[in-house]
Amino acid sequence: MSDATPPGPADGTLSALRRLLPYVRPHRVPLVGGGLAALAATLAGLAVPLVTREIVDGPIARGDLGVLPWLVLGVLGLGLAEAALITLRRALVARPSNQVESDMRADLFAHLQRLPVAFHDRWASGQLLSRATADLTTIRWFVAFSGTFLVVNAVTVVVGIGVLVWLSPWLGLVVAVTAVPLTVLTLLLERRYSVVARRAQDQQGDLATVVEESALGIRVLKSLGRGRRLTEHFVARSRGLRGTELAKLRLVAALWFVLVMLPETAVATILGLGAYGVATGSLTLGTLVAAVTVMTYLYWPIATLGWLLAEASNAATATTRYWEVRDVRPAVTDPDVAVALPEPVRGALELRGVSFRYPGAARDVLHGVDLVVRPGETMALVGATGSGKTTLTALVPRLQDVTAGAVTVDGLDVRDLALSDLRRTVATAFEDPVLISASVRENVALGAPTRPDAAPNDEDVWEALRISRADGFVAALPWGLDTRIGEQGMSLSGGQRQRLALARAVFGRPPVLVLDDPLSALDVHTEAEVEAALRQVLTGVTALVVAHRSSTVQLADRVALLSGGRITAVGVHGELMATHPEYRALLASLDVERDGVPT
Amino acid sequence: MSTDTDDWRGVATDDDEDLTPAAGLRLQRRARSLVVDLVRPHRRAVSLAVLLLVLDNAVMLAGPLLVALAIDTGVPAALDGRPAPLAWTIAGYAACGLAGAGLRAAFLVLSGRVGQDLLLELRRRVFAHGQRLSLDFHESYTSGRLISRLTSDLDSLGDLLEQGLDGLLGAALSLVGISVLLVVLDAPLALIVFAGFVPLMVLTRWFQRSSRASYRRTRTTVARLIVHFVESMNGIRAVQAFRRERRSEAIMDELGTAFRDANVEAFRTVAWYVGLTRAVGNLTLATVLLVGGLRVVDGTLALGALTAFLLYLRRFYDPLDDLAQFFNAYQSAAAALEKISSVLDTPPGVAEPRRPVALPAPVRGELEFDRVRFAYRRAPDRLVLPELSLRVPAGQTVALVGATGAGKSSLAKLAARFHDPTAGTVRLDGVDLRDVADADLRDALVMITQESFLFSGSVADNIAMGRPSAGRDEVVAAAGAVGARGFVEALPDGFDTDVRKRGGRLSAGQRQLVSLARVVLADPAVVLLDEATSSLDVPSERAVQDALATVLAGRTALIIAHRLSTVLIADRVLVMADGVIVQDGPPRELVEGDGEFAALHAAWRASLA
Repeated sequence: MSDATPPGPADGTLSALRRLLPYVRPHRVPLVGGGLAALAATLAGLAVPLVTREIVDGPIARGDLGVLPWLVLGVLGLGLAEAALITLRRALVARPSNQVESDMRADLFAHLQRLPVAFHDRWASGQLLSRATADLTTIRWFVAFSGTFLVVNAVTVVVGIGVLVWLSPWLGLVVAVTAVPLTVLTLLLERRYSVVARRAQDQQGDLATVVEESALGIRVLKSLGRGRRLTEHFVARSRGLRGTELAKLRLVAALWFVLVMLPETAVATILGLGAYGVATGSLTLGTLVAAVTVMTYLYWPIATLGWLLAEASNAATATTRYWEVRDVRPAVTDPDVAVALPEPVRGALELRGVSFRYPGAARDVLHGVDLVVRPGETMALVGATGSGKTTLTALVPRLQDVTAGAVTVDGLDVRDLALSDLRRTVATAFEDPVLISASVRENVALGAPTRPDAAPNDEDVWEALRISRADGFVAALPWGLDTRIGEQGMSLSGGQRQRLALARAVFGRPPVLVLDDPLSALDVHTEAEVEAALRQVLTGVTALVVAHRSSTVQLADRVALLSGGRITAVGVHGELMATHPEYRALLASLDVERDGVPT
Repeated sequence: MSTDTDDWRGVATDDDEDLTPAAGLRLQRRARSLVVDLVRPHRRAVSLAVLLLVLDNAVMLAGPLLVALAIDTGVPAALDGRPAPLAWTIAGYAACGLAGAGLRAAFLVLSGRVGQDLLLELRRRVFAHGQRLSLDFHESYTSGRLISRLTSDLDSLGDLLEQGLDGLLGAALSLVGISVLLVVLDAPLALIVFAGFVPLMVLTRWFQRSSRASYRRTRTTVARLIVHFVESMNGIRAVQAFRRERRSEAIMDELGTAFRDANVEAFRTVAWYVGLTRAVGNLTLATVLLVGGLRVVDGTLALGALTAFLLYLRRFYDPLDDLAQFFNAYQSAAAALEKISSVLDTPPGVAEPRRPVALPAPVRGELEFDRVRFAYRRAPDRLVLPELSLRVPAGQTVALVGATGAGKSSLAKLAARFHDPTAGTVRLDGVDLRDVADADLRDALVMITQESFLFSGSVADNIAMGRPSAGRDEVVAAAGAVGARGFVEALPDGFDTDVRKRGGRLSAGQRQLVSLARVVLADPAVVLLDEATSSLDVPSERAVQDALATVLAGRTALIIAHRLSTVLIADRVLVMADGVIVQDGPPRELVEGDGEFAALHAAWRASLA
């Protein structure tokens, strides 16, 4: 499902392309140089036949052998110059065009990483991927070729028409008259093309989404035997894209028709009028021949304009799609003036009247949440499925910002802290431990600095692994810390992944931990291992732990019950079990109950 | 690539992307036969397109002749007071222009349609084949690479089809036509031109070889880049929470730089190729001019012939630029095609039977493992199941219990035919699973894995995955059966609420309920359940387990149990260790005995205290 905004009122190809300037400008020297080389190569190419004609009409016709070798050398020189200029032009644009692409991709990636989770939930990642790949490739080709030739060809055409007018104002008038419908029709077709081009690129993004889901959800598809059905869905969408591509093609063909037919009509008219002029003596035969020759030189630059305009239109659409994402302001940003946390951080965590509402939703998920977690305390957070526990945990490291109220650490509003300080102080582990396809070291030290002199210290990594009781199985991996895990590497069991996620959370010794039920998705055997790890992880830090079962709750000093968007009870587990019916209903162990053993 | 890039990726066994020459050749052959296979159904359209192009070229060649005719004969005749010849030639010229424009437009539409059809067919094949390939393949090939096959690799093929056909056909046509003309005009001069072909061929060969290498490199680097991009976007929570942005950008920079360098190298190769080709062309031109000029002076060559020769020579080398453009797109597409064809050539590990045997209707649901041995293809030496025989009568609920690695999931996966056994047979209602058509098998048997993956679309769409033909009331009823109706109806658009990417709108527990509702809707005779664990709060879980009891009634069920309560609703418990069933019996009996299960049960009870 595309979340892309529909193409607005045709913004115009030029204004869209203007937004490429910040990336293109630093390369203006080689790019302009490339354009000049292209122009020079075109001129050298044109000069070759002219000199050749001189030779044929002159020395050869007269049998004057003396100058022949020199003139041939001249042709050779021009020819080699042309070849060298062609090479030069291509070599000049090679680096800049690819650099523009890679700079734009790097900036897009950096920007996307800073956009809040809410943005990522809304945007299908296929749409983002297609912007980072297909759209940027289109832009690269535009910078490398079509952009240059659009200018070079336009210059050639204008110069050619100038020459025609100079040769004979009447014949120039013919060309000028043809140029009017030519321009109007071309612009009309180009506008329609840019609409279709936009649709094609969006459809390509949607297709990428289906592809991604088909690969990531393969187990579900296999289990339910829905592969065939999804294939049909995919083919239907591909067919839609094919339809749009064919519509593009028809417009290009129409453009081509106009751009070939109208100049040919002009040549025919020039021939007719010119011949009449010659017959009435108002024009010399030589001028007529020259005019027709100029027109034939203009033939290719005009004909290829259609293709070049289509390319420019594609590039403009790609640029618009690119900036659509780049223009989204990161909602969670560093404060203008960051307040520094006191050293050492005590780790007092407090939520004061916190409300949260998803953008566009009708009501708050959290409404007036008050909760105090004392330094060094472990607070369990309990609530029914969908009560907003995960949402609440996202507010502490500012993956989302509160809509009202405040979250404070050591009394300071988290929005007043530098993001990097906050996230260094508060570490988070998620219900689903996401591993990246990289070494164990990289997975544990996710956010460690990149500079070699400050690279993650193996000792620190092992220390984190020890605390989370993951050192044993990591040591047994074939390449130890260097073993690649994640999708593209060794696969680990749920318990192992969960312990690595814990190691990640404790790496760097953050004073505050926010854990979204680290014991879910584990079986009894591994649960015991992770529980032991967790017990060790929780000592000496402030922690907020989402819990679903009493075994997790029992690791906590106190429990808070989240219900109806607010905290309705805070207390010790045993006490709440005795006094709070809602709490008891949530945590009374199913197993024990069925077993008939009273709690 | 810098060593730093390799460092963060870590070490794995399957990194070898470098090709031996023999493997490279095999890849090329495979890619070529794929192309032949794809083009075959479009032979007529392709012939027609070629015909259009030939006509277009002929009309184009006629244009200059008509201009010459108008000037040389038309104008003098008009001066003599006979305007008819001039009028006719001009009319002819205009007609040629019109015909040329029409033919060209028709060619573009026709060849474009063929190209789009090829692309569609290839998309369909790769996607469908990807869905057919076994989990083994997916687990080792990984989603990132499959995604880049289906996106950026197919895009580069699209680029080829867009500009390639025209460039190749146009260039080839004029090369052949002009070669013939040159020989007819003057054979010795033509020889000089043909001598120029030798360096041209050497150049082309060099270009093909070196650009193939750099394009292979671009395909590999872009695939890595896509993997990094997709993983970072899907794991954005962890990226932000752990301040990985900078590190991740540094990695993207390195991958981007590698991709850029591979591309720059490819660009430079093209630059040299195009420039050198043009140099050869112009050198030939100068030589022809010199030799031809001398011969005209000797009187062995007509001046007109030399002029024509030189004009045609220029035309001869012009399309070579198009050819380079084509080669460029071609190399990029060929590298992509090689990668695509290697996916298409991977046989599905679990093949559809040639002659499927029908399951009895209705399916009763009796499962039988007959002396089954099993090892994963990735580790063929390690038998996960040494030899296992088991009969599950229709309608029985069996709980599988055992430590990680005991072989529970392997057993379930064999029953679901995600893999085939290394030896022995798995039967459903007495029919070997290998003889059952996939569609029949999936109707009869559904496996629910722990991950509850949601697809983009509404809640109703996601539940309807269980049975796409189901109506809204059936979807609602299925949700009701697992106790999901309440929360779904509380969502802003009820069942039509968009679940957002990967179901981001729903909590983990809610996603589990949706995936259970799928099974209720699918209504299979056999359910294989890798029990999802404790993402649910106790009341919802109680609701699910009640629903499960209802759902399982009258069906055969194999449950990989993580919870005692589930074990207790089973008719029979199998305790597994090292691929062997060590205990087998009704739960009460096992609890009261003194085997492994009794010990496990005690530990469980302790954890619940």
